[in-house]
Amino acid sequence: MSPAGNNPGPNPADPAHAADRTLSAPAHTAPPARALPGSGLARRHVLVAVVLNKPGVLNRVASLMRARNFNIETLAVSHTDQPEVSRMTITLRGDDVAVEQAAKQLYRLIDVLKVQDVTSDPTVEHEIALVKVRADDRNRGEVLTLADMYKAKVVDLAAESLIVEATGTEAEVDALIALLRGFGIKELVRSGTVVMSRGAGSIEEAVKR
Amino acid sequence: MGTTDDGSGRSRTATSGQVSGAPEAVGAAGADGAAGADGAQAVPVASEAAGAGGTAADGTAADGTAAAGSGSGAGQPRARINHMPNAGTPQAEAISAGRREMLSDARRNQIKSLAERGVKRPRIGADAVCEALLRQGVELFFGYPGGVVLPLYDVLGDYPELRHILVRHEQGGAHAAEGYARATGKVGVCLGTSGPGATNLVTGIGDAMLDSVPIVAITGNVVGSLLGKDAFQEIDITGITLPCTKHNYLVRDANDIPRVFAEAFHIARTGRPGPVHIDLTKDALMGACSAQTPETVDLPGFKPNFDGHPRQIKLAAQEIARAQRPLILAGHGVLIAEATEELREFAEKAQIPVAHTLLGVSAMDETNPLSVGFMGMHGWKHVNKTIQSADLLIALGMRFDDRVTGHVPTFAPYARIIHVDIDPAEIGKNVAVEIPIVGDVKRVLEALIPLVQRVEPETRAAYFAEIAGWREESEKMPWHGSGAWRDGQLSADYVVSHIAEATNHDATMVADVGQNQMWTARYGGFRRPNSHVSSGGLGTMGYGLPAAMGAAVGRPDKETWAIVGDGGLQMTVQELMTLVQEHIPLRIALLNNHKLGMVRQWQELVYAGNYHSSHLLGPDWLKLAEAYGVAGFRASTPEEVDSAIAAARAVDGPALIEFIIAQEQNVFPMMPAGKGLSDLLEEQFEEPNR
Repeated sequence: MSPAGNNPGPNPADPAHAADRTLSAPAHTAPPARALPGSGLARRHVLVAVVLNKPGVLNRVASLMRARNFNIETLAVSHTDQPEVSRMTITLRGDDVAVEQAAKQLYRLIDVLKVQDVTSDPTVEHEIALVKVRADDRNRGEVLTLADMYKAKVVDLAAESLIVEATGTEAEVDALIALLRGFGIKELVRSGTVVMSRGAGSIEEAVKR
Repeated sequence: MGTTDDGSGRSRTATSGQVSGAPEAVGAAGADGAAGADGAQAVPVASEAAGAGGTAADGTAADGTAAAGSGSGAGQPRARINHMPNAGTPQAEAISAGRREMLSDARRNQIKSLAERGVKRPRIGADAVCEALLRQGVELFFGYPGGVVLPLYDVLGDYPELRHILVRHEQGGAHAAEGYARATGKVGVCLGTSGPGATNLVTGIGDAMLDSVPIVAITGNVVGSLLGKDAFQEIDITGITLPCTKHNYLVRDANDIPRVFAEAFHIARTGRPGPVHIDLTKDALMGACSAQTPETVDLPGFKPNFDGHPRQIKLAAQEIARAQRPLILAGHGVLIAEATEELREFAEKAQIPVAHTLLGVSAMDETNPLSVGFMGMHGWKHVNKTIQSADLLIALGMRFDDRVTGHVPTFAPYARIIHVDIDPAEIGKNVAVEIPIVGDVKRVLEALIPLVQRVEPETRAAYFAEIAGWREESEKMPWHGSGAWRDGQLSADYVVSHIAEATNHDATMVADVGQNQMWTARYGGFRRPNSHVSSGGLGTMGYGLPAAMGAAVGRPDKETWAIVGDGGLQMTVQELMTLVQEHIPLRIALLNNHKLGMVRQWQELVYAGNYHSSHLLGPDWLKLAEAYGVAGFRASTPEEVDSAIAAARAVDGPALIEFIIAQEQNVFPMMPAGKGLSDLLEEQFEEPNR
C-alpha cells in the first residue's frame, strides 16, 4: 500500500510477503534490518469512526490519539440517523502501518463501534469553509469571479468585506483560500472533512442494532 | 452484544483448587477490542454472546468447537475449560443461556435482599454497590474511607460476607487489588474517596493497565450538583483515569449502579484484561435505588474474538514445520489464558525451546528441559543468543516490549515471527511480524497443536546442543548467582534461590521493582503458574509489599513472599500495619543494599559513576518491624540465610527478614538502552564488592 521503497517493512497483515527473511540456518552475511513499524512514508489518511453517542466519547478518541502520538489534522463529529450513534471523520498523517495501528487502538475503546480507513476507497469527500475576505468597491468583482469559478457562494456582503462559503475537497478549499489570501483574509473557519463511501455500502448499517 | 451478567471471576491456576469460600464461576480470557481493522465484521449484535466465560460444568460444551476439537490430546482430562466459543455460534448461545439460568437460580438467590437481612431502611445506591460486588463473586476488597464514600461504609456492616480490608494508603489498595487478581485470576477491587483518595489510586490503575490486570477501582465523587464547581476534594478523576483504564464510568444516578457494575466487571475480565474505574457521586451512593442487575450486558463496541483465523494457524504450522531453529517466546498472555498446559504440550510435541518474558515467568515449569529461561534486558545471555540466532519466533501473548527487543532493527535478525495475541492492536505495533494471529492463546494452541508434526528430540540435537553450550557458558559467568556468597558476602541471588528452595518452589513470589525484581525473575526457579508476580510494564517501585499482601489474602493456601528492596519498601511501608491488623501471613524478604540499586547500576555503567541520589538511608528495619508489630529477622551472612527463612516461615502472621546484601552487586548481563540483544554488557570479573 505504501509507495515502494519507502516502507521496507513487511506488511503484518500480509502473510504471503516476506521472502526477505530466509528460512535456512543463519548465514554469516549481514541480515536485513528489521523494519520499525510506522517508519514508512507518511501520507494523508481518512478514517471514519462510528461511535456510541455518549458523554465523553470525543474526549476518549482525542485523548487516545494524543497519547498514542497520532497527529489529527481534522476531526468532524456529528449525529447520524441513529440517535444513539455518532460519526467521526478523522484525517491524519502517517504511514499505512501507523494508521492501521491508530484504527486498531480506536477499536480498543469500548464506545467505538466501527473504524474504517477509506483513504483508498471511492468516496465523496467534502468540507465547508467560511472565509471573510477584505473586499471593497475596487476589487469586489475579482473576488466574486474567483468564488464563482470555485462554485463558492457569497453569503454576506459588507462595505469592506464579504464572506465566501466554499465547499469541496480539502485540496479544492485549500486552492481557493490560497487565491483569496491575496486580498487579505480577515477570518477563516473550516469544518473539517466529512466523507462518505460511494455506492450502496453503509458503515452505519453495519452497526445498526 | 448480549452476555450474561455473572458472578464469575477467573482462576488462572488450572491445577490448583479454588481457595475462596464463595462458589466460583470460572470465566474466560477472550479477545477484546475488535476483530481488528482488517477483519472487522459486523457481528449480529443481539446474538453475540461474550466471553465472560463458562463454568466448570459448561466448559465441556465450550471445548466442542471445531477449532478446539482435537487440539488438546484426546483422553487427557482437562480440569476446566473456561473459554467461550466465538460469538454468534450455537455453542456460545447455549452457554450463554445456561449461564443466565444458573445465575438466576443460584447466585442471584444467594444475595439476600435488605429485608432478608432484617434491615429496615430503603435500598440506596450504596446497597446496590454491595450487591453488585457480591453478584460478581467479590469476596473482599481493599479500601480507604473518606467523606463522599461514607454512605457506602455506612451500609457495609449489613453485608458481612463482603470483607473490607482497610489499607493505609489508597495506592496500597490498588496494588493489593492487582496482586489479588494476579494470584487468583479473579477481578480485584479497590476503593478510595474523592480527590486525593482517587488520585492515590491512579498509580495502581496505570500499573494494571500496562500489565493487563483485571481490577475494578471504585471512587466517590462530590454530589452531582457540585461537580465542576471545585468543591472540597473534587477532582475530575474520570478525566485523569481515562487514558490509563480499559474503560471508565461516572455514575450520577443510583439506578445506573447495577448496570455499570455488571459492565465494568465484564470489561475488566474479558478479552485482554484491564482496569475499569467507576466514579460514583455521593448522591448516587445515597439515592434510592430500585434498579436490579440487568440480565445481559449490552456493549456493542466490545467484541471479543477468541479463535485465531484457521488460515493463519495453518500458515503458522507450515512455518513451524520448515523452521530449523524455532523458539517460543511465552508472555503474560499464556498465564492469563490459562494455557500453560497447552504451551507445554505444544513445545514438547514440536520440540521447541521456550523462553519467557518478565510477566511470562512461571508460564512454564523451569525444570522442564525445553524451558530455556528469561529473555530481554536482564535476561540470560544464552536466551538472548538463541533469539538472535533463531529462524522462527513464536510469540505467545507477549507484546515485544522494548525491554525485550532492544533496538528493533537488530532484533532477531534471522527470524520470521508468528505473533499470537488477543489484542489486535498489539500485532505489528512494535515489531513487524510475518504471521499475525489474533486470538486467545489457549484456543490458538488447541487449534495449532494437532497441525504441527511431532518432532523427535534427536532431530534438533545440534540446535539443543548449541543452546546447552551457551547455557553452560552463561551460567558459569560470575554474575550467575555463585559469586559473592563464597567470600562471605551475602548476594541477592543466593537469598532468592534459597527462599525458592525452602518453599519447595511453590510459594508465590512478588517482586518490587529494580534489581530485586530481576534477581527474583532470574533466580526464583518458578514451577507453578502464577507463582511469580511483578510490575512489568509500569515498573512501579513500592508495588511489592501491597501486591504481595493482595496475593496472600487471595491465595491463603499458598505461602506468599514479597521480595523487595530497601527503596521500594520505603515507598509503601505503611501497609505493614494492614498486614498486622488483618493478620496476613506474608513473608517479606528485604534485600537491603542501602542503595537504589538499579539506579546505582545505571549510574555506574551508563553515567560514568556519577552516583547522585542513589545512596539512601533507611530506618532500623528490625525496630520498624517491631514498632508495627511484625516479626523481624536479620541475616547478613550466607550461613544465616536458611535459619532466618525458617524462622520467618514459623511465624503465625507477617514476618520481615532484612538481608544485608552486598552494596554494589549488579544485575548482569545488561542490555544498555538503545542497544540490541547482541550488545549485552557483562561484568568484567572482579572479586565481589565489599
